[in-house]
Amino acid sequence: MSDKQNRVDEFNLVAAGAAGQGIETLSVILGKVFVRGGWHVFALQDKESRIRGGHNFFHMRISRKPVGSASMPLDLVVALTEESIELHRKDLSEMGAILYDSDKGQLPADEKHHSVGLPFEQIAKEAGGSRIYGNSVAAGAALAIMGWDVADLEDFLKSFFSGKDEAGERNAKAARAGYEKALKLCEGFQRTGLGRIGRAERMFITGHEAVSVGAVAAGCRFFSAYPMSPSTAILTFLAEHGEPFDMVVEQAEDEIAAINMAIGGSYGGVRSMTATSGGGFSLMAEGFGLAAISETPLVVVEGQRPGPATGLPTRTEQADLLFVLNASQGEFPRFIFAPATPGEAFSMTVKAFNLSEKYQVPAVILTDEFLADCYFTEERFDLSSIRVERHLLSEEQARELKEYRRYALTESGISPRSVPSAFGFEVTADSHEHDEWGHITEDPVMRKEMMDKRFRKMAGMEKEMSPPRMLGDPEATLLIVSWGSTLSAVAEAIEILNGEGVKVRGMHFSEIWPFPRKHAEDGFKGIQRWAAVENNYTGQFARLMAMELGKMPDAHVLKYTGRAFTASEIVEGLRKEVLGS
Amino acid sequence: MSISPKEYDNDFPIAWCPGCGNFPILKAVKQSLAELGLKPHEVIVVSGIGQSGKLCHYMRGNFFNGLHGRSLPVATGIRVADPSIPVIVIGGDGDTYGEGGNHFIHALRRNLNVTLITHNNQVFGLTLGQASPTTERGFVTKVQSHGVFLTPFNPLAMAALMQAPFVARGFAGRLPHLTGLIKEALQVKGFSLVDVLQPCVTFDRVHTFKWYEERVYDIGEEGHDPEDMTSAILKSREWGNRVPIGVFYRNKKTTSFEDQLAPLKKGPLKNLKLDPSKAAELVETFL
Repeated sequence: MSDKQNRVDEFNLVAAGAAGQGIETLSVILGKVFVRGGWHVFALQDKESRIRGGHNFFHMRISRKPVGSASMPLDLVVALTEESIELHRKDLSEMGAILYDSDKGQLPADEKHHSVGLPFEQIAKEAGGSRIYGNSVAAGAALAIMGWDVADLEDFLKSFFSGKDEAGERNAKAARAGYEKALKLCEGFQRTGLGRIGRAERMFITGHEAVSVGAVAAGCRFFSAYPMSPSTAILTFLAEHGEPFDMVVEQAEDEIAAINMAIGGSYGGVRSMTATSGGGFSLMAEGFGLAAISETPLVVVEGQRPGPATGLPTRTEQADLLFVLNASQGEFPRFIFAPATPGEAFSMTVKAFNLSEKYQVPAVILTDEFLADCYFTEERFDLSSIRVERHLLSEEQARELKEYRRYALTESGISPRSVPSAFGFEVTADSHEHDEWGHITEDPVMRKEMMDKRFRKMAGMEKEMSPPRMLGDPEATLLIVSWGSTLSAVAEAIEILNGEGVKVRGMHFSEIWPFPRKHAEDGFKGIQRWAAVENNYTGQFARLMAMELGKMPDAHVLKYTGRAFTASEIVEGLRKEVLGS
Repeated sequence: MSISPKEYDNDFPIAWCPGCGNFPILKAVKQSLAELGLKPHEVIVVSGIGQSGKLCHYMRGNFFNGLHGRSLPVATGIRVADPSIPVIVIGGDGDTYGEGGNHFIHALRRNLNVTLITHNNQVFGLTLGQASPTTERGFVTKVQSHGVFLTPFNPLAMAALMQAPFVARGFAGRLPHLTGLIKEALQVKGFSLVDVLQPCVTFDRVHTFKWYEERVYDIGEEGHDPEDMTSAILKSREWGNRVPIGVFYRNKKTTSFEDQLAPLKKGPLKNLKLDPSKAAELVETFL
């Protein structure tokens, strides 16, 4: 078997080391170089809940076609510690290579894989003047092994570090030195067929970065949050980038304060958002209900991680769906969006702001650690199609009013919303059941009127929901149902099965509540058996389907290890649970 | 230019006990707003849950009657949206110092520009008579049947120690004095606390109007220097034969939370136009 390949369709790279070693920056730089070169890159972050030490890695899948999940085996391991060599060499393909820091670790005596060992920091010091450019040496060396032109990396580093003294130049010099030293050592196993295949203007972005950009585009002016993985990325991003967009970002004393602050901001007249994970949302539950009964628009990002309680802070799961659907005492309408990709995370954040104000109900963007932290390749977000729809009382409407009643009973259930001091009347909001003026009431007739009014909105809200995505063979009688961040892995699994002649189709939901019942029923036409694929223990979406459609799944494929699905795991799961082979 | 306090009257039926100390507080709030010439739609009252929380329903004005203990966070958001509208936060001792204790600490740290008026009757009225964070040691209730043995929380000492711009205590039985305190508090730039001693006529047979009348005195009249933090804290510990009221502490050398927020320098955030295409420069950074 030749070590050379002429056409490479896919390449899997792991960059691994201890926390604090700059693995993320190294990987993002490489990722952007590949994306600019016309490839699709997906990068999964695997990190432990610690600040220094331990073992962190970035698993990067570089492909000619769109990808959104990890894949094996590995073609290259870039190891910054000895432990990283040991942990990842077993996943290497036969042709795979190891690039390691020869000052930090040694290969095992029986190592059979190709390898390049370089003293990254020493080379950095010689070429760039400081050991801090060590990761650029590693990046350059990786490109040498991949047979990718180092000029692409040099150009990128110069633009990436522009304006920071000579950092761009120095990083570029370090990268070139790493490249040249590695080139001599990888003769015989250097890849060909990788490299620039075009000039793409695609984005390399995580799910929570996409939510943040969506919030800015939607005109969010106030963001209050308490740090909690994996939602902290939004707080950090908006604190760094929000100010030029007139956004106030406040780190609250706790999650209860965070949600109540956002509600105050919204009542006061600005679009407001908060973000947290399941634990923080548990604390926010009462405030979530406050937004509902006071009919104050609110957008909440709930980035799921495995629970209960502290659970696995830096890992992923889809186990808060029914919690979010039922959160807070009492009954009230709400929106739930579970974006599958950063593109959807962006557009659904904008949609959540618009619909939350249109219907005066809280909206949840339900992400998870996988979507939140992983990097995806996305087409550039389309800002031209965004409309900011505030649905506030206009001056003309205000003038025509004989009397302002904040909670006026209307046919649509939507009452005229205004903000304090906008016109010459008072604007009220109440956490009690209230009358049309917002005053406390215990009257049974008014209570029923108000409940009916709030729930009348559901008819309009249901019409706003987009249909699920249909995947795979439309003739198949076997259906796979999935939701949220599992889309890429599920779509790929269906493609693999279809390719093998197995007839299967998929129905994937990103817009969850109000449940798109009609669309879901349509998806079941001609279906004889169905299975739910979910990143949880109890099959929560399948339970929702049973509740809303009266349909019980024939099988489940569930994963609750705190890690996301790969396509091959889903294929195996379906073979075992449904296909019987 | 003052207006008539009658502008603040509404006809919503009041559900407080007859003779409740809340009535004079309501009167003082209306009176001070009217004297400052503020119209009902030009002020926002934020309240929580407890008998005090109902106050905003018994007068005209914008109001947000939120959850138990969470008024200060709601007020924080309201101030961010438009710092040109004065905000009064109304709470009880349980609401403000118990359920909302953490928010009280952090509103002091932020130096949020609101006036916090606490109806401090040292008892839980709405849930029928349990001890509150400010209940005196030894006070017997159905729950604290052996008498309260926890140290009462001292909001004035904490606010003074945190160098709040204005820290005062009023008494519901001295209406003009209380009105004066609220009026001054509303004009302070930054956090102002007016803790109001308010007899609970139903659940506290000890601390009656008469009990307070015999003991309260204005510390200003006895030469207290409100710029002196140590003295303010020591005065706040006086309780028994004599009960001090008045301005305990003033700090003019502070910057409010709102004044530190760069985006607010362009004017109220709620009035700024939203333009999605501006986000293009952010999108660029991901290419």
